[in-house]
Amino acid sequence: MTQLPDGRYVDDAPYDPQASLQQLERRDLDAPNWVLIWRKFKTHKLGLFSGLFLLLSYLMLPFAGFIAPYTPNERNGDHLYAPPQAVHFFHEGEFKGPFIYPITAEPDLETFQWKFIPDISDPQNLRFFCKGDDYKLAGFIPADTHLFCAPEGATVFLWGSDRLGRDVFSRILYGAQLSLTVGLIGITVSFTLGILFGSIAGYFGGRTDWIINRVIEILRSLPELPLWLALSAAVPSNWSPVAVFFVISIILGILDWPGLARAVRAKFLSLREEEYVRAAEMMGAGSGRVIRKHLLPNFMSHLIASATLSIPAMILGETALSFLGLGLRAPAVSWGVMLNDAQNLASIEIYPWTAIPMLPIIVVVLAFNFLGDGLRDSLDPYQQ
Amino acid sequence: MVILRYAIYRFITMLLTLLVVSVLVFAIINLPPGDYLSNQIAELQASGQSAGVAKAEFLRTEYALDRPLWQQYMIWMGFMPGPHGFSGIIQGNFGWSFEFDRPVSEIVGESLWLTVLVNLAAVLFVYLVALPLGVLAAARSRTWVDYSSAFVGYLGLATPNFLLALIMFYYGHKLFDLPIGGLMDPGFEGLPMSWEKAKSILIHLIVPTFVIGTSGASAMMQRLRANMLDELGKPYVETAIAKGMSPSRMLYKYPLRVAFNPFVADIGNLLPSMVSGSVLVSVVLGLQTIGPSLLTALKTQDLFLSGFILMFVALLTLVGTMISDVLLVLLDPRIRYEGRET
Repeated sequence: MTQLPDGRYVDDAPYDPQASLQQLERRDLDAPNWVLIWRKFKTHKLGLFSGLFLLLSYLMLPFAGFIAPYTPNERNGDHLYAPPQAVHFFHEGEFKGPFIYPITAEPDLETFQWKFIPDISDPQNLRFFCKGDDYKLAGFIPADTHLFCAPEGATVFLWGSDRLGRDVFSRILYGAQLSLTVGLIGITVSFTLGILFGSIAGYFGGRTDWIINRVIEILRSLPELPLWLALSAAVPSNWSPVAVFFVISIILGILDWPGLARAVRAKFLSLREEEYVRAAEMMGAGSGRVIRKHLLPNFMSHLIASATLSIPAMILGETALSFLGLGLRAPAVSWGVMLNDAQNLASIEIYPWTAIPMLPIIVVVLAFNFLGDGLRDSLDPYQQ
Repeated sequence: MVILRYAIYRFITMLLTLLVVSVLVFAIINLPPGDYLSNQIAELQASGQSAGVAKAEFLRTEYALDRPLWQQYMIWMGFMPGPHGFSGIIQGNFGWSFEFDRPVSEIVGESLWLTVLVNLAAVLFVYLVALPLGVLAAARSRTWVDYSSAFVGYLGLATPNFLLALIMFYYGHKLFDLPIGGLMDPGFEGLPMSWEKAKSILIHLIVPTFVIGTSGASAMMQRLRANMLDELGKPYVETAIAKGMSPSRMLYKYPLRVAFNPFVADIGNLLPSMVSGSVLVSVVLGLQTIGPSLLTALKTQDLFLSGFILMFVALLTLVGTMISDVLLVLLDPRIRYEGRET
């Protein structure tokens, strides 16, 4: 600020008479698309939170072996069906750090069950970054350090142990590796098929459209589960768990694409009449280029939202198949395989913790639903 | 008359679809390497029982399993004369179950009707629950009614059916003394229909209906809510309120009717997943529907049994979809009969 000799005040900053013309009219709406989407998505708290949760869950997958105190098929013969053990911090009023009370099994001669009695006079601290059983970090780096393990001679079953004395908590972490990726592989297959057939039908129209439409209608009118069952019954039982896993996820994807293809087709039908498509065609772009460069980017975001919404169906599908014994089989560990143990009412009544794997299933499916809803709402940033 | 013509047209397309489905089903059940009889023959030969081998070989020619695949299909459907002339599905001969060593029709028998019954009950449940809840959630949107119904709905969508079945069973029995397992008291099995039997079936139906219907009902509820909200924002609603109509009368007089069409159309989309759900739930709860037989048949490669059950399940969904389409046309005169095919 400078005061001129005649007493007026003048701003020192250089003045550009063109500035008001160069200024964007509405800066907030002229940001790139993804910024706008992100800005709107941020206000959708539930979706944001679910997205973060899922991101963390997927990032956790390679390190499941590190976080889990046990390996998935490590048996503990003395502790079959042990109930969940709590981690305590205070022993008789004084802080002792995280510790557990060791449990010992005693046969109950009336009900013929093992009773587990915690020894509350002998608190034992958990060990951290300790040596345990061998596992492979991210599937290929051999390692044997665990985040935490049981004290010498005691056990740490955070969520109890199952029929063979295996730790339910560790198995849930390992199970996540298969249960969560099944949806991703399935959606990749269904995405590819859906976009391929949907865009062919929508762009070319005519007889191709008719044929693809009928196929979609037929596939959509069939109940999925019996088809899944029939197809997975066709997987030879002597295949390795990994091969079975891939085949199952591909089967889930193959039966899922019609819904996506329909959405793609509807979009194409309306978009192919737009001027920019005609312009591209006149400039000599081939149909493949028009589809990939001009049409797909237009509604890719919508497709991603609807894909997010159909991943949960695949996770539930894998669970159902494994639960019925037609999906993944032991020694593979997935949430459905684990629930196979909780199949009868007796185990729900007596050993309710064997049904714990249902909690991660419900939470993950809910999270995908919320995330998908949030994405769908925020994908159209110009809409109020 | 136009409706009749549309119904006939829809019926014919359904038959054509069914034909394609039959090819698909036949291909799928023939996917696994080997078949029941050749597995059995190999097993018998390994243990040196020649009498059994002869019987299996006899069954093989009896059911034309030694012919090429396309001929097997034609004979199975009844388009081509087999070893006993025309006797396939369209002639009412459903084939022979090797696993149970009885005709397929005898095994499925009563369970067909129970399957239809379970699914019908589930559809009714979906309507009865979703209609009031959806309307209420829309009319009182952004209040606790809306949020709590949305929460329950999401939970219903996210819980795997079979787990819900186990939990409901356990607590249903513990808290309300509902019966566990099956669709009727074991005493009534095989008896002709009577009043007592019907009552027993009804009580046993409560849990399965609830389990199968929940996810469908929550999906339907959310869609109805969205449709209603769209309608409620329109000027005619404002007019109705302005002229002093009572809120409930205004609701069902105008917006509900408009929002109702997708509601009927949706049942066609929901039906496939509900039928799948009923198969799964039947296996878990041990209902006497065709679900458990399908699972055994698939596991043992019992060709004709699994083929017939898959066909029946497909027929059930296709008929349901057809009925919902025809109903939709009856309900909404604006829908063009010819223009529906794009």
